[in-house]
Amino acid sequence: MITKKITRLNNKTRESLNKTLNELYNTQNMLKTFPKGGVHPPENKLSADKRIETLEIPKQVTIPLHQNLGAPSKVLVKKKDKVKVGQIIAEAGGFVSSNIHASVSGTVLKIDEITDTTGYKKMAVVINVEGDEWEESIDRSEAIVSEIKLTPEEIVKKTAEMGIVGLGGATFPTQVKLSIPKGQSCEFLIINGVECEPYLTSDHRLMLEHGKELIIGTQILMKALNVNKAYIGIENNKPDAIEYLTELVSNTNNTIEIVALKVQYPQGGEKQLIKAITGREVPSGGLPIHVGVVVQNVGTTYAVYEAVQKNKPLFERIVTVTGKSLSSTGNYKVRIGTSVDLLIEKAGGLPSDSGKVINGGPMMGKALKITDVPVTKGTSGILILKNDEAKRERIMPCIKCSKCISVCPQGLEPYFLMNLADKKMWEDAEKQHNMDCIECGSCSYICPSARPLLDYIRYGKQNVGALIRSRMKR
Amino acid sequence: MNIILLSIIVLGVVGLLAGVILYFIAEKFKVYEDPKIDEVEEALPAANCGGCGYPGCRNFAESCVKADDLGTLFCPVGGNETMKKVAEILGKTVEDKDPLIAVVKCNGNPNVRKKTTSYDGAATCAMETALYGGHTDCQYGCLGHGDCVDACSFDAIKMNAQTGLPEVNQDTCTGCNACVDACPKNIIELRPKGKKDRRIFVSCINQDRGGTAKKACEAACIGCKACVNVCKFDAIVVENFLAYIDPNKCKLCRACVTVCPTNAIWEVNFPPRKIKTDEPKKTQPKKNALENQTKKEEEAPIDLKNIIKNDNKKDNEIK
Repeated sequence: MITKKITRLNNKTRESLNKTLNELYNTQNMLKTFPKGGVHPPENKLSADKRIETLEIPKQVTIPLHQNLGAPSKVLVKKKDKVKVGQIIAEAGGFVSSNIHASVSGTVLKIDEITDTTGYKKMAVVINVEGDEWEESIDRSEAIVSEIKLTPEEIVKKTAEMGIVGLGGATFPTQVKLSIPKGQSCEFLIINGVECEPYLTSDHRLMLEHGKELIIGTQILMKALNVNKAYIGIENNKPDAIEYLTELVSNTNNTIEIVALKVQYPQGGEKQLIKAITGREVPSGGLPIHVGVVVQNVGTTYAVYEAVQKNKPLFERIVTVTGKSLSSTGNYKVRIGTSVDLLIEKAGGLPSDSGKVINGGPMMGKALKITDVPVTKGTSGILILKNDEAKRERIMPCIKCSKCISVCPQGLEPYFLMNLADKKMWEDAEKQHNMDCIECGSCSYICPSARPLLDYIRYGKQNVGALIRSRMKR
Repeated sequence: MNIILLSIIVLGVVGLLAGVILYFIAEKFKVYEDPKIDEVEEALPAANCGGCGYPGCRNFAESCVKADDLGTLFCPVGGNETMKKVAEILGKTVEDKDPLIAVVKCNGNPNVRKKTTSYDGAATCAMETALYGGHTDCQYGCLGHGDCVDACSFDAIKMNAQTGLPEVNQDTCTGCNACVDACPKNIIELRPKGKKDRRIFVSCINQDRGGTAKKACEAACIGCKACVNVCKFDAIVVENFLAYIDPNKCKLCRACVTVCPTNAIWEVNFPPRKIKTDEPKKTQPKKNALENQTKKEEEAPIDLKNIIKNDNKKDNEIK
């Protein structure tokens, strides 16, 4: 379409337009990125210019007891207990686990099984809201506290206490990431502000509206990890955030650097981001710390700031509510446990032609079975797809075009992993490194035969994971 | 002509020499194998289904020959007759075992268990289970993609297009356990065939509270314990809001079948009961699963749904 328009213009304008287009192309190509694979789905950042609104407190919240990667938390309250906002209601049930706090004040109605996003039952605490009474220890003032008083050990302890988990979606407990195992050292901290998922804008808005807090959060994390260099990686489709944060870090003595990254999915994948910024490659089966890097999401960094400086536990998060058919999209600050129904209502109700309601973005998110499910620490967005957008195409036979291989950012062979999963050949799937899959969905996105590659690989990962665990037990 | 003759002679001599050498080598490195293994293998059904717990019939035969006691070894396909033959060959004794049959413990057909979401991913039960709780509100129920059908080597389990549930043909089912392993929801259970092939079982595995279960599926076991109270033989236990009938204690009196408010308890191969006029609702003869199935098989001339599904499946098959 652009070229068509150009032909209609006169020669001079055409030349200048071509020049700018070339420049754009060149800058895009000069930007840092990961070297292998990746796709570029339509960005559809519909809610990018919508300010973060605070959603009103619902009448009842349902707080699931398993909101993090790892072990579920152990409940501390009983039925009919009175709780305050920020009061701990469940403690970590292991090393890789996190505390959970009440997001509202009121009475515990019940501790019971609820249907979660997948349709399976999960334990949760249901609280009836009465007023909005916060714990006294929480600093509710708007003032920005920039002086970091705590020692590194205290910071790590605080993040554990306040139940901070990775808010990018994986919900990995932050204190585990911050406690570096013996014999390893951290050189760089990378703050992930990429937000490469189409549609989602919560991180983008956070960077624009809470940039200062974000920088302090970064400094807190740097202190906790004892590193002198931090990078904030931002995809180039958020020039306003890049500009604003670059301005903010100008007085930090170059310890924090803003890195503009090429718009390419999955740029925000932990391993891809490390490769793009530092050039280091996380080994197969390894963690970022093995190459001296720790990656934290911007949402997590903000939560760390609030926990350390304001003493505020993680009981609310920013959720993008978006979709082409919605009457109003937006970014909302939501108390954990609020029903997704309420969020959709706020966005103008569920349109009649809705095909799927997705928890997360279109690439990695999972469709909700019912909409009456609570927002958890891992809910980064609610995406509503129209019927025709949501429907999968008919699955056709593999034509061996190897597109899935060329887009896999991890260098895997998705079609082969799918075959192995279909034949239940778990040992072979393990040998083909199917556990290295980051579940970005690029293969399923690009497949011209609409084959459900990622579904099979996920299924394979479940089984290979079980195989590895059973081997470890033995 | 000479060349042809020469070639034949040279090749023939080389072949002969190689044959002789190979014969001596084979004699020298001969591995002794009990000839009884071959005999036992001959007696086995050669289905190689793995139902006995061994990878194939030959492995089973080997362990039969090695074993001192045949008590723990059993070929579910051949049954007691085959095991008697095996025992005869080996000069051992074997006790008769109750033949087993696969029983599908879900009766949530689309009329009683409404579809609440549509699933358009890969058409296998294992995949759907891995992704979410299933397209109905019952997270325990049958998904109907037929993983069990694909697993059966004896063509004994088929999907019923009307109910969307698998049905077991009791004449061909060998109780080899393949479908039990294939079902990701653990719906299928191996139960004794019972006297005169009659059996009673709870056709549900929903472990939710009564209200939740009933909301998801009208035919679900709600754990009301009506069957427990009526059972004179202590054969029924209710655990996690789900009744289970112990086949060893059950005396097939059918008292529980009539009291079940959701018709979740099924009776198979019983003669129709005498209908009492005053209580028509409860005394209506229960549908005889097997009879229904054979009837439906005869009645339904073209199974369009299945054909379409099979076509789709073929397309989906990985080449």
